[in-house]
Amino acid sequence: MGNIDRPLSPHLQIYKPQLTAALSIFHRASGVFLVIGTLLLVYWLSALAQGPDSYAQAQALFGSTLGRLILVPWVFALFYHLCNGIRHLFWDMGVGFEITSVYASGRLVVVAAIALTLIAFGMAYAMQGGVQ
Amino acid sequence: MSMRTPLARVRGHGSAKSGAHHWWAQRLSAIALVPLVLWFMASLLPIASADHATAVSWLSSPWNSALLILLIGAIFYHAQLGMQVVFEDYISTHWLQVTSIIVVRFLAFLLAAVSIIAVLRVLRTAWGS
Repeated sequence: MGNIDRPLSPHLQIYKPQLTAALSIFHRASGVFLVIGTLLLVYWLSALAQGPDSYAQAQALFGSTLGRLILVPWVFALFYHLCNGIRHLFWDMGVGFEITSVYASGRLVVVAAIALTLIAFGMAYAMQGGVQ
Repeated sequence: MSMRTPLARVRGHGSAKSGAHHWWAQRLSAIALVPLVLWFMASLLPIASADHATAVSWLSSPWNSALLILLIGAIFYHAQLGMQVVFEDYISTHWLQVTSIIVVRFLAFLLAAVSIIAVLRVLRTAWGS
């Protein structure tokens, strides 16, 4: 592959970590994680189609500690990928390329994803109380 | 320096032989998924811990079942497009890269079909009762 002594950039072990790069790789990582998580959707729909017993079993699994440990990161990844995806769509339209805008939108995406996750689980718990 | 004229390059759709199709398809499915995902999460919250009958009655409304089927289609289409880029970027062994893309594409179709059939089965239950 030619000259292997050429400088490689960015060398991740010595390159200063930056929010922009971290958010970029987390967009891809969250995407892959969400793809694996689609199995949850398939499982939920299959359980719903199979009847009350299977559905109760699925609901119990999602409500368990293990279920929550999978569901909470999955919902966060979903909201992060959604918000950062909208950020990407603005870039595709040529909007927000200034370095200050890139950082501001990056911070906004993180805050929005955390807020949406908290709202989602907060409302789910609140409505659970209402149903019972 | 390439000896090909710009017109010849455009006609061949560039090195990927597909022009901007993948890029455009990924964006189009992303735009569709913004309202679909927000709708799904918002409508799932009230029935998150409800019983089977409540979930079935939610799903059996024409709007909900239609949007859910569209969501399933968009999710697996977008997922497969995204995974293709990841494989193209990180797998340098050509046969393995192509095999991975094909396997994920087939899996996406399989899971989408299973999900849509599950929705249709729920509809049949709801209409039958």
